Amino acid sequence: MPTQSPTYFEHDADIGIIGRGATVEQAFEAAAQAVFGIVTKLDAVQPKTAVTIAFEEADVELAMVTWLNLLLGKSRELGMVFSRFRMQRNGARWNAEALGEKWRAGLERGVEVKGATLTMLSVKQTGAMWEARCIVDV
Amino acid sequence: MNLQQLHQLEPCLWTLPRATAEKRAEVLLYGTAPLLVSMDDKVLEQAANVAFLPGVVGASMTMPDAHWGYGFPIGGVAAFDAGQGGVISVGGVGFDISCGIRCLRSNLSLQDAAPRFNELADTLFHAIPAGVGEEGEIKVNLTQIDQILQEGANWAVKHGYGNTADLEYIEEHGRVADAVPDNVSELAKKRQRGEMGTLGSGNHYLEVQMVERIYDAAAALAFGLHEGQILISIHCGSRGLGHQIGTEYMLILAKAASRLGIRLPDRELACAPIKSPEGQQYIGAMNAAINCALANRQILTHLTRVACEKIFRDAEFETLFDVSHNTCKAETHEVDGKPRLLHVHRKGATRAFGPGHPALPERYRKVGQPVVIGGSMGTGSYILAGSSGNRAFASASHGAGRAMSRHQALARWKGRALVDELAQQGILIRTRSMRGVAEEAPGAYKDVDLVAEATEQAGLARRVAFLRPKVCVKG
Repeated sequence: MPTQSPTYFEHDADIGIIGRGATVEQAFEAAAQAVFGIVTKLDAVQPKTAVTIAFEEADVELAMVTWLNLLLGKSRELGMVFSRFRMQRNGARWNAEALGEKWRAGLERGVEVKGATLTMLSVKQTGAMWEARCIVDV
Repeated sequence: MNLQQLHQLEPCLWTLPRATAEKRAEVLLYGTAPLLVSMDDKVLEQAANVAFLPGVVGASMTMPDAHWGYGFPIGGVAAFDAGQGGVISVGGVGFDISCGIRCLRSNLSLQDAAPRFNELADTLFHAIPAGVGEEGEIKVNLTQIDQILQEGANWAVKHGYGNTADLEYIEEHGRVADAVPDNVSELAKKRQRGEMGTLGSGNHYLEVQMVERIYDAAAALAFGLHEGQILISIHCGSRGLGHQIGTEYMLILAKAASRLGIRLPDRELACAPIKSPEGQQYIGAMNAAINCALANRQILTHLTRVACEKIFRDAEFETLFDVSHNTCKAETHEVDGKPRLLHVHRKGATRAFGPGHPALPERYRKVGQPVVIGGSMGTGSYILAGSSGNRAFASASHGAGRAMSRHQALARWKGRALVDELAQQGILIRTRSMRGVAEEAPGAYKDVDLVAEATEQAGLARRVAFLRPKVCVKG
């Protein structure tokens, strides 16, 4: 699980998301929480159903947008909203699980995220902390 | 934006001077000084980045409503020549491919409609699926989606959503050619199964409006507009299918650009030569998404009519026009006195063909194409007509353009309070997302009057009518 809460940064039309963690995987998990935190209030989402996400990408920055866009695609395909994420990396192979539930009346409707972009995309390690950020289109 | 770095060519046209060794196309910014001052410096940076792409013809341009986007600025226009190595860029189209506005004119007057606005607002809110996580009652299978991607609004009409008269007033008569459904992934198609006839979220809306002022009587007559008349505008795009195509091809074209040695000042400008296999693949998928968006707005038009007829039995809603503002289209434009086939990217910019253009419906040919500048919930919208002599590859503004970030808007406004405040002003909002309302607060946008005025002064399009919002179903 992420070690820090996801945060956001300014962009005129869309929203900048940041995920931080002790590992790159944790930073990606936090970035996913930042994305779905735009969509709804995460505390209210019950992690009842797990969905598997797996992909290959050697470029760690492209892996970040691939991860977020696969999550968004799956959530829309299945009519679900996710709130918890687990990820493992093995070289260029990324295996993950997203937990959440189908949309229901009690969940707050935030704003739809269309996709993660390559704009202001960076994934880097500073000291003991990894940080992943990019602009998402809303 | 700091105007010191620009050179003013005309009252509404500015350029970014090139350094001696700088090998890029010209950068032209349309707009008045106050509008440009209000823009983030990132707009200029992004417009300059576009000017470095291979095969740019003329200039990288921004419209008066420009604001900071991803890849291209929102309000960015650039044309590329395939024969000169010109590229197609995902960042020049955006993820919401063919997002646009369908405008319907009615035979209702404010006097007829005003007493029943509350009822109308509720009925439209229940009829139009809007907001994140909302699906419609219309479910389509993957075979039907392939048909939609080929046939566009024609598919919708064939299946009982609207009528053939609508098609005359949609760009390309509701169907773009050269769509390739096979270039669209299965995930993109699966995302769309429950999303036909849905509005979406963010800045998307369905708005009931009143014609408050006519600026150009001849054009208004051609467009069938008069003061006091009720109109409905529907703003949305290609939904999940378009978003998926955009995100997938962004990576495909980014890798193609890297392989082909195309230097990208911003990776989001992910592009490939128009003639390359990846470029052609994206164009086929993008055209499929355009058809999806045209079908979506056609279905929403039908749902709107059905809802309105429940309240106003004799109401008629005709399509005034349907125009997209996130596209790349192959068009012939005159450059240095010669016609050239160009791929014109319009990212948050509306096509604005001038009088006499052969692609226009006969009814509008003398006055020019209807152009819609959508406002925010509380201000207003404009209908304009394409001008003769437009030098921006027949492009114009598409909206008011954001003046502040969503985060800043959230800090300043509360959704519930805004809804109440707008109700006091006679504007009824219906929404499932109070967060969305706060982010889309009218005050978070530029002054739409200034944008429309600058659009006219710059010679991009002429103001025809101002529309005052009355009911808004917010996505």
